[in-house]
Amino acid sequence: MAAAVAVAGGAASGERVDWRLAAPLGLTYLVFFAAPFAILLGISFYADAEQTQLGLGSWLKFYTDAFYLKVIFDTLKLGFFAVAATTLLAYPLALVFRASSPRLQRILTFIILMPLLTSVVIRTFAWIVILAREGVVNQALMGLGLTAAPLNLLQTELGLVIALTQIEMPLMLLPLLTIMSRMDQNLVDASRALGASQWRTFFKVVLPLTLPGWIAGATLVFASSTTAFISQTVIGGARLVYLPALIYQQATVVYNWPFAAVASLTLLFTVLAGIMALGLLGRFARMD
Amino acid sequence: MQRSTFADISYRWVVGLLAGLAILILIAPVAIVIATSFTTSQTLRFPPPGLSLRWYQELFDPVRSAPIHTAAWNSVWVGFVATMLGMVLSVLAALAVARVSRPAARALEAGFLSPLVLPSLSYGLAALMFFSVLGIRPSLNLLIAGHLVVIAPFIFRTTLASLTQLDPTLLEASASLGASRLYAFRRITLPLIAPGIAAGCFLAFVSSMDNVPVSLFLSNARTGMLPIRMWGMMESTLDVRIAAVAGVLILATLILMIVMDRLTGLTKRVSA
Repeated sequence: MAAAVAVAGGAASGERVDWRLAAPLGLTYLVFFAAPFAILLGISFYADAEQTQLGLGSWLKFYTDAFYLKVIFDTLKLGFFAVAATTLLAYPLALVFRASSPRLQRILTFIILMPLLTSVVIRTFAWIVILAREGVVNQALMGLGLTAAPLNLLQTELGLVIALTQIEMPLMLLPLLTIMSRMDQNLVDASRALGASQWRTFFKVVLPLTLPGWIAGATLVFASSTTAFISQTVIGGARLVYLPALIYQQATVVYNWPFAAVASLTLLFTVLAGIMALGLLGRFARMD
Repeated sequence: MQRSTFADISYRWVVGLLAGLAILILIAPVAIVIATSFTTSQTLRFPPPGLSLRWYQELFDPVRSAPIHTAAWNSVWVGFVATMLGMVLSVLAALAVARVSRPAARALEAGFLSPLVLPSLSYGLAALMFFSVLGIRPSLNLLIAGHLVVIAPFIFRTTLASLTQLDPTLLEASASLGASRLYAFRRITLPLIAPGIAAGCFLAFVSSMDNVPVSLFLSNARTGMLPIRMWGMMESTLDVRIAAVAGVLILATLILMIVMDRLTGLTKRVSA
């Protein structure tokens, strides 16, 4: 240990990777991170639940069944809606934050960090209280006479998207606020002085300049909402099936591990595909 | 002064309304959970018909809430040990790759950060299969190993950011004055990167306490973890005690956050 630390002082200004320092975390990852994924991949090539026959059976079963293909599609759709809804609310809030006085900014910072004080499980629980039949939304709607009978918001995609919007919003807001605070105000002022409306200034100046921050936020929101097991199962209920619930069910209820492994790798590819698509979008935007 | 056209007025209205909606949607759930935790009612009806501490008494009752207490201590223990181990490993790894421009360093960096982007639910299942293929039975140590992998990147990332900002001339000066490398690390590098390490540890501990995807597969009835226990309570009975747990956790996180903010300027680091 002393020897390793002794090298550390030099490594900070060194030219080469000090493998002795990288090895402890590297080996931990090899054993507890890379090896499990290798096992997962291996198990997916068993054709039957009892893991006796090798083959592509589990993969074929998953990718030829319309039900499972729809689960993939619904999971992607949920991620897309969550990104769209957090974008729609986070951009205006970030614009207001940028234009506020330092005092107001401190209050807004507290409000923005507030969801982070509560765990994802508690945020999900809060939305049950809000969206339930005797919850806040239904009582308000009935009080205003907008609806006679309580609406069923739990176990609907709309309810789930509303809940995920709050649950994931800090992930979108934090990168957006960071990039907006670095944006050059002169560019905005110049656009306004040259006669562009505020809408035009937003779409032609603010949006392109803050796009890298949005891509960072959208990546986090997409990855997080597509894998939000608790929110999906508790608010979505049994009728809405997404990949995480399918994986859990196949692994712990049905005990079909090869099939669960296929679903799990599909989730992995789905998330990576989403992240790569957003990254490409960023590259195109920069070439523009 | 600009003239107010219709376009500008509509812009102000749309931005103002959406920002207001965003603020409402951020505050309301937290406020509602806290209010509900003080209800006198058996149900989660909002607004609560009366205020009392009965659900907090129920929650702190050592007999009736024993499974929740066990799960809470398991979560704290796993989070604490995983964070401490993660801190040692991640700081060493960050020292190895900081300021090195070779492709090998960038590859290692990407590898060490990869658990942040890969879905941890996939990892949770992979870890379950891995340990069962090896024939290792579920225990808190398995949970520590699983959590370590998904929380170490938080510490690695903040430590690396601190090391990148470190002025290399400080180390050159101390070397030219005859300080050994160990002495320079202890007296110069470590004090300067300590706030970054602390901020990373805070994020790592909080995310371990909050972790669902890994605990979902690695914990069982005996090694219950708090978020999984709460999920069970939500799925079955909608016990009002969940609101009281939420109240306690919100208070604990708030205190931890204020302390960390004083120590490290956390709010600045989180957004960086």
